[in-house]
Amino acid sequence: MKRVICLTVMNRPGVLNRITNLFSKRNFNIESISVGLSEHEGMSRITCVVHVEDDRASEQITKQLNKQIDVIKVTDITDQSIVARELALIKVQAVPYTRNEIYSLIEPFRASVIDVSKDSMTIQITGESDKVEAFIDLIKPYGIKELARTGTTAFPRGTQRSSQQQKSYSIV
Amino acid sequence: MLQEAALTETKTETESVTGADLLLRALEKENVEVIFGYPGGAVLPIYDKLYDSKILHVLPRHEQGGIHAAEGYARISGKPGVVIATSGPGATNIVTGLADAMMDSLPLIVFTGQVATGVIGSDAFQEADILGITTPITKYNYQIRSIEDIPRVVKEAFYIASTGRPGPVLIDVPKDIASLAAEPPEEQEVNLPGYQPTLKPNYLQIRKLTEAVSRAKKPVILAGAGVLHARASEELKEYAEQQQIPVIHTLLGLGGFPANHPLFIGMAGMHGCYAANMGLTECDLLINIGARFDDRLTGNLNHFAPNATVAHIDIDPAEIGKNVPTTIPIVADAKEALEQLIQQDGKPPAHKEWIETIQQWQKEFPYFYDKETTGLKPQKVMEMLHSKTGGEAIVVTDVGQHQMWAAQYYRFNKADRWVTSGGLGTMGFGFPASIGAQLADPDACVLAVCGDGGFQMSTQELAVIKELNLPVKIVILNNMALGMVRQWQEIFYESRFSHSKIPVQPSFVKLAEAYGIEGYVIQSEEEAEAILDDVLHSREPVLLDFRVDPDENVYPMIAPGKGLHEMVGVKP
Ligand SMILES: Cc1ncc(C[n+]2csc(CCOP(=O)(O)OP(=O)(O)O)c2C)c(N)n1
Ligand SMILES: [Mg+2]
Repeated sequence: MKRVICLTVMNRPGVLNRITNLFSKRNFNIESISVGLSEHEGMSRITCVVHVEDDRASEQITKQLNKQIDVIKVTDITDQSIVARELALIKVQAVPYTRNEIYSLIEPFRASVIDVSKDSMTIQITGESDKVEAFIDLIKPYGIKELARTGTTAFPRGTQRSSQQQKSYSIV
Repeated sequence: MLQEAALTETKTETESVTGADLLLRALEKENVEVIFGYPGGAVLPIYDKLYDSKILHVLPRHEQGGIHAAEGYARISGKPGVVIATSGPGATNIVTGLADAMMDSLPLIVFTGQVATGVIGSDAFQEADILGITTPITKYNYQIRSIEDIPRVVKEAFYIASTGRPGPVLIDVPKDIASLAAEPPEEQEVNLPGYQPTLKPNYLQIRKLTEAVSRAKKPVILAGAGVLHARASEELKEYAEQQQIPVIHTLLGLGGFPANHPLFIGMAGMHGCYAANMGLTECDLLINIGARFDDRLTGNLNHFAPNATVAHIDIDPAEIGKNVPTTIPIVADAKEALEQLIQQDGKPPAHKEWIETIQQWQKEFPYFYDKETTGLKPQKVMEMLHSKTGGEAIVVTDVGQHQMWAAQYYRFNKADRWVTSGGLGTMGFGFPASIGAQLADPDACVLAVCGDGGFQMSTQELAVIKELNLPVKIVILNNMALGMVRQWQEIFYESRFSHSKIPVQPSFVKLAEAYGIEGYVIQSEEEAEAILDDVLHSREPVLLDFRVDPDENVYPMIAPGKGLHEMVGVKP
């Protein structure tokens, strides 16, 4: 199963290496990782999407991450109500007679065209990974020349629905 | 006026210090008594300052020996062992020791030299990315980027290494940082917001465990090295006696509970005793205190403690539930948890039958070996060493059959008398580790129990015990083989002894003599009897080459993949 884990880390040299190292050392399967500054000075925020077999494995990941000296906070937000976004840049082949067709796909996905050349156009799309995935599938037949995805970044919504309970681990 | 100005100027000048000065001052502040180090280009600025330092510096003859010595020192003294190695090859030579210390939770502070800041990343002479190499095998590592950081980094390193679950911390020191002069920096605070080990147990869980004990019919305590790291053996004894709970040890935990205590069952695991392994299999309440349910201890997890409610006290939350599902998790220092459990003074369990069952197992299935055939049995050697040292020696082992025989037959009644490489199983560990153990406890009788194979991985350290006149007693259980490998090949590979017999050996006695150390070949019990009293009580180093039965195997044994109850070789 897929888990979304948010980390707040000290912004120190080598910290990203420590995190990725931990994933490979512990044999955790990582789908994406995105890093950037956070609202606190000197701290960064990392969002990881990982694949695990069961709850025990995801508990292990959280605990092992927590053990890292540079990690301030770890939360597995999968079961919370969250906002999660990914950005993708797609350079797709576009000859004059397909161009309009492509535009018609872009609109419902609220993607946007950010660069156009003679035989290609570059589309930017943001949204949850599933949406990005679906859009890429639709565009694929036209011939994707280049694709770059940022990986998911996420945090919990301001208001949590009360029915959704926080994951409770054996250790709190 | 002018004169005064000139005076103050020279004063500030003499007050300026180098990075190396700051480093040594920081070590003095931490009351470091001994450094295990090996010089080289990148650490020359530090070595120049060491020339005038009061701290004892021990020069191993290989960096790996140095770091293992530091591990032995840490295990016995309870203080971090301090190591210095130069950049590049010096640094890579300590990698095995770091991995070993990480696995067995030993506090180390390891300084490595690094090429000058300006050339890092250019494949400069003797440059190695030691941070990258050691990140997975250190609790934390630093590279010093600015001279002002030195005092804080060293302070943090000692704090990280020795608190929580102990472990090795590496500090990489570029050469220019060590030689640069600067004003003595202002005191910087320790800045580790992400590191706050939990020491105090959760009261609710303590209550839960107390109630579970009262209800239990078949309780056992499994005590690991966490008890030793927390210096909690007194509390363990008090708690076990108060609640009358029998105690089982892991390999690394030996000595945490007295072997001559009526509640002691024995060591569990791959070569543990029958009663301990059956105790774990049949118990209904398993209280793990400071052990990490390593696979060599649990055997096949599907058969491990199938009927037990598991309680686990560990200072490292990540160990709880890692291998064995746990009902009562207690994140705490073992000492604090035990103190609280004792305070609860719960109703002891009604478990007379259980105690009788265990005693029956102990009586029926003790460790055994063939006492009829002629030839010197390694088990007999360990028994003799035990009786001749009154069970009071510090026993340091290498890895292999001899290690298991030492664990089985040297019955420890006291804590911190046992040093062995458990998690990593590092051959070459034992002899150098004994050097550190002896330095930590100069008056103790230290036995370095080694195999003929493993001793040859660290032979060069004979120079150190000679130089420092450390009265280490080197005990080689010489079976002319990589015995543990030979045993597995005999059992699992149809006796196809692929590269495990080593009949071509040096004369270990002559080797010792070459270093100015006395040595003896001992081929029989009589010879051992004649000589042991003398040599074990001498204050000189000595090497004893025991020619033991080359075909002897370690039993009982649990084959890989089998459960604890599937021991073989439990009876003659
Ligand atoms: C560095 C290292 N290499 C290889 C091994 C695998 N190994 C485990 S025990 C053993 C044999 C050890 O032989 P010896 O030192 O003579 O001890 P014995 O088993 O004969 O008592 C070997 C090769 C190891 N544990 N460590
Ligand atoms: Mg051998």
